Amino acid sequence: MFLKKLILTSAVATLICSAAFAKDCGPSGQSIRILASDFPAIHAVAGTAEENCAASASEFTRNHTTEARQIMNAALTPNPAEYTSVIVANSTLTQLMNDGLVRPLNDLVEKYGADLPKNLMITIDDNIMAVAFMANSQHLFSRKDILEKAGINSIPGTYSEMIAAAQAIRKAGIMEYPIVMNMKTGWNVGESFNLVFLAHGGEFFKPGTAEPTVNSAAGIAALNTLKALVEYAHPDHLTQASNETQAIWEAGEAALGIMWGSRGSVILDDEGSSEQVTSNTVLSSAPSVKPGGIPGATLWWDGFTISKNVSDAEAEATFAALASSLNSDMVAANNDDAIWLLEGFKPGAAAEGVSATAQGGAVPYPMLPQIGLLHNALGSELSEFLKGNESAEKALADVEAAYVTAAKEKGFLQ
Amino acid sequence: MILFIAIPIGSAFVQSLFIQHDQVLVLSKNCGPFGCRETTSVDIEATKELRQDSPLGKFNGIGTYLNRAHLAFAEVGNAWAVSRTFSGFLNEVLDLPFYGALMFTLTYTAVVTPLVLLLGLAIAIGVNGLPNIIKGPSIFVSLLPFLVTPLVGSLILFWMVDGDGIIGATIQLIFNDPDLSLKASTGLTWTMLIVYGIWHTLPFSFIVFYAGLQTVPVDTLEAAEIDGATKWQRTVYVVVPHLVPLITFVTLMLLMDNFRVFEPIVSFSAEAHARSLSWIIFNDLRESGNPLYGSAGATSILTIIGVIFLLTPVLIRNWRDFKLRRL
Repeated sequence: MFLKKLILTSAVATLICSAAFAKDCGPSGQSIRILASDFPAIHAVAGTAEENCAASASEFTRNHTTEARQIMNAALTPNPAEYTSVIVANSTLTQLMNDGLVRPLNDLVEKYGADLPKNLMITIDDNIMAVAFMANSQHLFSRKDILEKAGINSIPGTYSEMIAAAQAIRKAGIMEYPIVMNMKTGWNVGESFNLVFLAHGGEFFKPGTAEPTVNSAAGIAALNTLKALVEYAHPDHLTQASNETQAIWEAGEAALGIMWGSRGSVILDDEGSSEQVTSNTVLSSAPSVKPGGIPGATLWWDGFTISKNVSDAEAEATFAALASSLNSDMVAANNDDAIWLLEGFKPGAAAEGVSATAQGGAVPYPMLPQIGLLHNALGSELSEFLKGNESAEKALADVEAAYVTAAKEKGFLQ
Repeated sequence: MILFIAIPIGSAFVQSLFIQHDQVLVLSKNCGPFGCRETTSVDIEATKELRQDSPLGKFNGIGTYLNRAHLAFAEVGNAWAVSRTFSGFLNEVLDLPFYGALMFTLTYTAVVTPLVLLLGLAIAIGVNGLPNIIKGPSIFVSLLPFLVTPLVGSLILFWMVDGDGIIGATIQLIFNDPDLSLKASTGLTWTMLIVYGIWHTLPFSFIVFYAGLQTVPVDTLEAAEIDGATKWQRTVYVVVPHLVPLITFVTLMLLMDNFRVFEPIVSFSAEAHARSLSWIIFNDLRESGNPLYGSAGATSILTIIGVIFLLTPVLIRNWRDFKLRRL
């Protein structure tokens, strides 16, 4: 529903323009250099841009690497920058903006992207800083056959239903550890906390400041919920990230999972798993605290930016090339690779979870300059609590202390 | 020396004395596919002016060394005042990132170094006594662990100790406990890392000692044999004293190597249970998106100081031996 509405708002305008649009590559003879993460949807966008516009450019290079986040600030700092565009997500855009390495796109959008839906423009005040094209979020994966065997006939909608279902599965002797979550120490466990924290209505910072407020009632409630969930997760959960949880799911060794929406199509396809697992896997909204509450998820978008430290002509050509790929043809050719925010997307079974989560009012991953530091502090300080060596209050106090130390060094707090 | 050692250390030290300028934060409105909300962002222009005035950042003196992420004097003092028992105090202190990591790093170094020395010597003497035909292959096989890249070796081992892996499943079978997991408990994770460390560095001490054994004077050995010394006595009173300079050298190398233990922690995903000083530096530089250079520099300098502390006794001994020999 959410996705349909999003798409319909732009359908008419895009339909009229997309045919003529595909060929407009802006100034010719320019060098286009793209840095991006390495997964199929990003390859689809950057690849289509290359097909459309490589002929009119003097150079068209794409560097797809999972290390993009690590190198992008260094690569964009010199003038001229190493790349004319970086394809980013919520958190990585802030990382670039903190150093002022990307340019406002308002004039380029007017010239080459007038038909792109307005809500895809990521704006800070009135400046367009990125153009989004796909969405992602965490949500619930359930095995309906196993739930039924344990006597549960509806898909869990809240955390307590999820825990009750896990308990029923364990009691029925079907599985000892029915829950999988990405709990690997570091970024993943921090993100898992964020999900439950946001579902409890938590706020990360005192509004308008960089002072942390995770050591709050919502924080403690979130940690206790998290602890109750991992009681039913494999004892190795502090070493498991997306690749491991997906493998456990595909092996049929889990019945309830909180995983990334982008893993949906990979799990549901006919590779790496059995018919019994794929046909019984149901994707639904991330659980909330109370029925109808905020789903425990963070909404993410992926989109492209244009470097500040490149010539205007290169910036224009890069924008035109990337914008030329955001159309229904590209979406049709790569429909199942992502949850596209573009016209022509046909949401399949793999998109249902993200769609329901967004529809339920989940919150986007915060675009705050200091969020990376807090996320890192969460990632390294929560494991003591999850191992059972520390109280929730102590763990959250440690998180805040670690964050404050880092934030002082980075100049966010004095 | 100056180019490869003094300059990098000097630069890390200078870096550790500075912290970043105050960030000028402004309230702004952020819109996107999921709606609009109030947010804060960095005022680039205002922050840039601050940066241009002093590009190194804000001088912080040894503040970074004393903060919670490093020596944490304030927190340690507080823990002392609050805790009623010594073990409570120790718990509080080891919960601090630096001391927790120091504890693992020291334990690892203290266990791995002597075991590798002893086992390496034992294997070298064993191989040296083998008939010539199987000597070559045995040397080759004993060297194998050293040829495997640490990151790859530990990653392979990580899969093997998984509950579904060959080692993990065997251990579960032996102890008849299907839930036994080497990755889930702190004690077992430490053991796993230490066993890996021994496995991986053993060939180094083995090959050095083996080379040393070839230089043991045959005359002395034969004289000892004629004097009626047993094989054990010959080893302890002739071979080992002959190898002492080598033992000092291997100890030095092992102490330095083990004190910077890092790769196995990452490949074993052991961060929840074991963190080392090098891991803290890595985490400061990588995880938060924008690196904490000052913090990483301070930890590096503290690590160097730690290594110096560990090496001093060995170096002093070495120096005495050296002077004795010159007399």
